[in-house]
Amino acid sequence: MTLIRPMFHEAWLAMGANRLRSALTMLGMVIGVGAVVIMLAIGQGAQYAVQQTISTMGSNLFIVLAGSFTASGVRSGSGGGPTLTVGDSDAIAELDGVVASAPTHMGSRQLVYGAQNWSTQVIGTTPDYLEARAWNVVNGAGFGDSDVRSATRVAVIGKTVAENLFGDEDPVGKTMRIQQSPFIVIGVLAPKGQNLDGRDQDDTVIIPLSTAQRKVFGTPFLGSVRMIMVQAAAADGMDRTMASVSSLLRQRHRLRDGMPDDFFMRNLSAAAESEAETTRTMSILLGAIASISLLVGGIGIMNIMLVSVTERTREIGIRMAIGARQQDILTQFLLEAVMISFAGCLLGLILGVGIALAINAFTGMVVVISGSAALLAFAVAAFVGIFFGWYPARKAARLDPIEALRYQ
Amino acid sequence: MTQAVIRVLGLGKSYVTAAGDFTALHSVDLTVESGEYIAIMGPSGSGKSTFMNLLGCLDTPTRGDYFLAGERVAGLDGDALARLRNRTLGFVFQGFNLLPRMSLQDNVALPLVYAGVDQPTRRAKARVLLERVGLGRYAESLPNRISGGQQQRVAIARALVNDPSLILADEPTGNLDSHTSEDIMALFGELNAAGITIVLVTHEPDIAEHAKRQVRFLDGRIVDDRLTEVVR
Repeated sequence: MTLIRPMFHEAWLAMGANRLRSALTMLGMVIGVGAVVIMLAIGQGAQYAVQQTISTMGSNLFIVLAGSFTASGVRSGSGGGPTLTVGDSDAIAELDGVVASAPTHMGSRQLVYGAQNWSTQVIGTTPDYLEARAWNVVNGAGFGDSDVRSATRVAVIGKTVAENLFGDEDPVGKTMRIQQSPFIVIGVLAPKGQNLDGRDQDDTVIIPLSTAQRKVFGTPFLGSVRMIMVQAAAADGMDRTMASVSSLLRQRHRLRDGMPDDFFMRNLSAAAESEAETTRTMSILLGAIASISLLVGGIGIMNIMLVSVTERTREIGIRMAIGARQQDILTQFLLEAVMISFAGCLLGLILGVGIALAINAFTGMVVVISGSAALLAFAVAAFVGIFFGWYPARKAARLDPIEALRYQ
Repeated sequence: MTQAVIRVLGLGKSYVTAAGDFTALHSVDLTVESGEYIAIMGPSGSGKSTFMNLLGCLDTPTRGDYFLAGERVAGLDGDALARLRNRTLGFVFQGFNLLPRMSLQDNVALPLVYAGVDQPTRRAKARVLLERVGLGRYAESLPNRISGGQQQRVAIARALVNDPSLILADEPTGNLDSHTSEDIMALFGELNAAGITIVLVTHEPDIAEHAKRQVRFLDGRIVDDRLTEVVR
């Protein structure tokens, strides 16, 4: 391997001998690698953004909604019927594969504090709800099961509500009114931002279910709820868990075979997963399109190497005459191709990262530059150099020394 | 050393062409002892170039046997031939054939690269040989900075760098004026005096006069083989 160092030197000299040509050849690789890096950064950025949104929603969630009911020919929407109860929720919580089950009642109500008022979504639920949605209280504390049992008038508010109703004041310990009933704010929730629909998740107030039913919404049948939010233990067990919840509810509601369900179930994670899948496909597509330019760059290298071999036929003949083996000639030309490829790759990487950062700085688009993408780019460069350099190098190595020496 | 540097027995080369078989070299026998200085002469098409290519291990014969420094060349593979060209032979060409992008020193050291010699040794040896041909001060220059005669001296230094048993020179003065040619021939004379075997191809009789022995080719055969008469 004593040959490698002088060969590097020679490859460097050969590149330097025709600077413009080397630079243009490299440019193909620069653009190719740059495009791949940018596309991967944008694609992974989009994936990351979606993942972030999904994780604010809580993972492995599905909801059970009460069925609709019909009164005088007017059908209520789903969740309108009195078919789900707190008892259903408790029974679901006992099932295998269920981590949390939160009976929930929600609706839009006007909040009043001092001279301010604000309309927001009021959610009556149990402490399981916050757990299922992985929602932390950053200021103050959440309510407990005892608050639900004794229907205390406490509330945990979202960040948007806190800002609009309390302004700069610390809401914890203050008393606000929902409808006519006074509630003590005991905690402020961590901000979650928008959900996938663009709805502000922080524009909400969470109170104990029992209090909500008695003081805020009122309920035709005590203990009935509009919705139960269920968290499954694992993503791949979702379907099984949903099936067992379904059969449990049919049993509890005494529905015979053939009768339709009196409840609806919706997988919240599924929508999010499909969104994530879309962005993943998108980023693969972007990467694939960018790789085509890498291929074109590789063909450029091959083209120039072929020209170079023809131009340097006589040189190859001389080298052979003074003792270069076929293998030495092969290595030399291969090394040149790989060096051009690597240099192009390095510049492309710098360019790509620079542009990706610029995109981030100017448009605010999330970009993710990962080490694995850089590593991939280098692997590709080595592969392109060897793959497209092989044929010209072999052509050089197989020249007949006599013919090569005679070449003018 | 009694072993012949070159021993050629019934060596021949034929080519298959569209017009049928063409024999460039019929059956040639030749022995060159160590320390000899031979000029090979003949008009173009006489087979002398084919013979030189065979001697130089650049080409393989279609028949006959060739022993170079005792080693049988026929049947060797490409790598073994490359090794012979690298260590046992030194080439000097009509067109000098230095690599234009490399310094003179790197040009001289190039055979050592292929011999796997480390860099300090390569550099030192190239220096010594450049000094020996009188061009030590141009070691870092590129070939296009020096004259043709000087380039040929560098080429000779390159041919010598691996301490070969034999120098093969193909029309070494063909591109040089008569004055410079004399210089180069004087250098060959010195080298031969130092014990290096030299085989020279030329078509100029006055150049051939420098050799101790003259072999004449015609139509693929040796037609004359005699010692040079010493005029002095």
